[in-house]
Amino acid sequence: MKQTSEYTGPIIRVKDLVKKFGSFTAVDHISFEVNKGEIFGFLGANGAGKTTAIRMLCGLLEPTSGALQVAGFDGYHQREAIKRNIGYMSQKFSLYEDLTVYENFRLYAGIYGIPRQERIRKTDELLKKLNLEESRNKLVAGLPLGWKQKLAFSLALFHQPAVVFLDEPSGGVDPLTRRTFWDLIYEVAHQGITIFVTTHYMDEAEYCNRVAIMSEGKIVALDTPIALKEQYKTDSMDGVFLKIARNKE
Amino acid sequence: MDQLLGFVKKEFTHIFRDPRTMVILFGIPIIQLMLFGYVITTEIKDARIAILDHSNDNVTREIKNKILSSGYFRLEANLIQENEIDPIFKKGDVKEVIVFEKGFAESLEREGKANIQVIADASDPNTAQMLFNYTNGIIQDYTKKKFAGFTIPVQIKSEVRMLYNENMVGAFMYVPGTMALILMLISAMMTSITIAREKEMGTMEILLVSPLKATHIILGKVAPYLLLSLIDAFVVVFLGNVVFGVPIRGSLFVLAFLVILYITMALSLGILISTVANSQQVALFISGFALMLPTILLSGFIFPIENMPVALQVLSNFMPPRWFIDALKQVMLKGNGFAYIWPNVLILSAMTLFFLGLSVKKFRLRLE
Repeated sequence: MKQTSEYTGPIIRVKDLVKKFGSFTAVDHISFEVNKGEIFGFLGANGAGKTTAIRMLCGLLEPTSGALQVAGFDGYHQREAIKRNIGYMSQKFSLYEDLTVYENFRLYAGIYGIPRQERIRKTDELLKKLNLEESRNKLVAGLPLGWKQKLAFSLALFHQPAVVFLDEPSGGVDPLTRRTFWDLIYEVAHQGITIFVTTHYMDEAEYCNRVAIMSEGKIVALDTPIALKEQYKTDSMDGVFLKIARNKE
Repeated sequence: MDQLLGFVKKEFTHIFRDPRTMVILFGIPIIQLMLFGYVITTEIKDARIAILDHSNDNVTREIKNKILSSGYFRLEANLIQENEIDPIFKKGDVKEVIVFEKGFAESLEREGKANIQVIADASDPNTAQMLFNYTNGIIQDYTKKKFAGFTIPVQIKSEVRMLYNENMVGAFMYVPGTMALILMLISAMMTSITIAREKEMGTMEILLVSPLKATHIILGKVAPYLLLSLIDAFVVVFLGNVVFGVPIRGSLFVLAFLVILYITMALSLGILISTVANSQQVALFISGFALMLPTILLSGFIFPIENMPVALQVLSNFMPPRWFIDALKQVMLKGNGFAYIWPNVLILSAMTLFFLGLSVKKFRLRLE
């Protein structure tokens, strides 16, 4: 996928994006851009349209109207190409628990069509980096939650996507593990991979470069955490979130 | 193609690593076949009877000997009085009582006729009917041989021949039925559960976001079960043949074709169920109730379709196993080929296409 590395514009480009289900408008004219290597937070209560928006970004849903580009590919006609250039990690970590660590790598590599040689080299490299070499042939089911989280993240990155979508990646993980996980996220972002993350945890929102807050299908706030805190005159993202919720009423 | 292979490989690993799946795949078919073959048998063997012989002469002794040496009956008690009959039935010790009238041999010699009363416990009507038929048969046979020289005035003789299953072996009926049941169980139930499991674990999301196409996912899920179902079909036919002597009179090719068609039908049904069920439990419930019961009750597997109320007869037309079992019996027992079973093949193919089309449509719909 040479196209990706040569592509220099914004990794995600969304303009007046709309998704309707019958008469219900799940996503209502949202617009934003996410740059290469950026960590972009996506916040919103349940039912705010977050999931629908992400599904469109991942090429799972076709938009009703508006412009959508991911990694330079069109959200209407090049959804297959989008799928090849994104990584995805769900809140359940979604590994095959009855397969070994190595077998999980092999399966993902196979699905993304990564050649055998490259797969073996990269698997060794990643296992070493994650300190999982000894668990290579252990079933995933027996690993601690924090390890599964790291493993799921590495798998989402295995095919070197332009952007990784993390759907509430820290569910059920203790704060310390969450912190080390974010170190990993920073490292990846540093390598130029864009991170698109949804979260419920406000401390995680603080770690993002920029944050968009969705409510009733619209983006009601979008800026860096510092600017948002200034704008809403509060000292935490928690406060920002609460004030936005109150303004609505 | 490589993508698909890796996916199928993973599916096999799931199967081989899960002991419960293995038991369902290979244990249950054998156990079920043995159970249906041996336990639910329609044949009579060692049925317990009692005899009340009022005359006890050489003719009744001969008849008694013949009955008891047939292997169908076992003498539980020799009764002396009529009033013993009721209690012995009530206690459930015997299924049948044979009563010879007083002066049996004399009456037979003088008037050319004598009476035997056969009383059977009809709380189980099928068994009662069968016991009576067996008893009657033996007595008729005795009379025929004993009075071979005599011509009895005006007698209509009917000679019965049971085609395709001369000895009325129950297994002939149960092996095809069990095959329909097992293949439905493995194909439909297992695929619906395995897809539901991916949804439950959240791995389905990962697959959907990946470049794998929907058809690849379905194919990868279905291929291993197609293969394993075929192995099971082979085991059932083989055991049916070796253990129960169920013949395969038709061509193996036609048989294989029929089995593959039915498995494909069951697999597409499994996918259809999985598009509705989001958890393994729901998938199990739907496939258990919606598939197993009709397969057993409405397919003619155990209960003859002709004896059902009209409404159920109509309903049974929509049960795929009905057409499969019928065709299977034709091929295995009668040696029929496509010339005879083409209507069944046509109906099963139509059903397969219908389920497959519906499930692919539903699967796509879920993505939207």
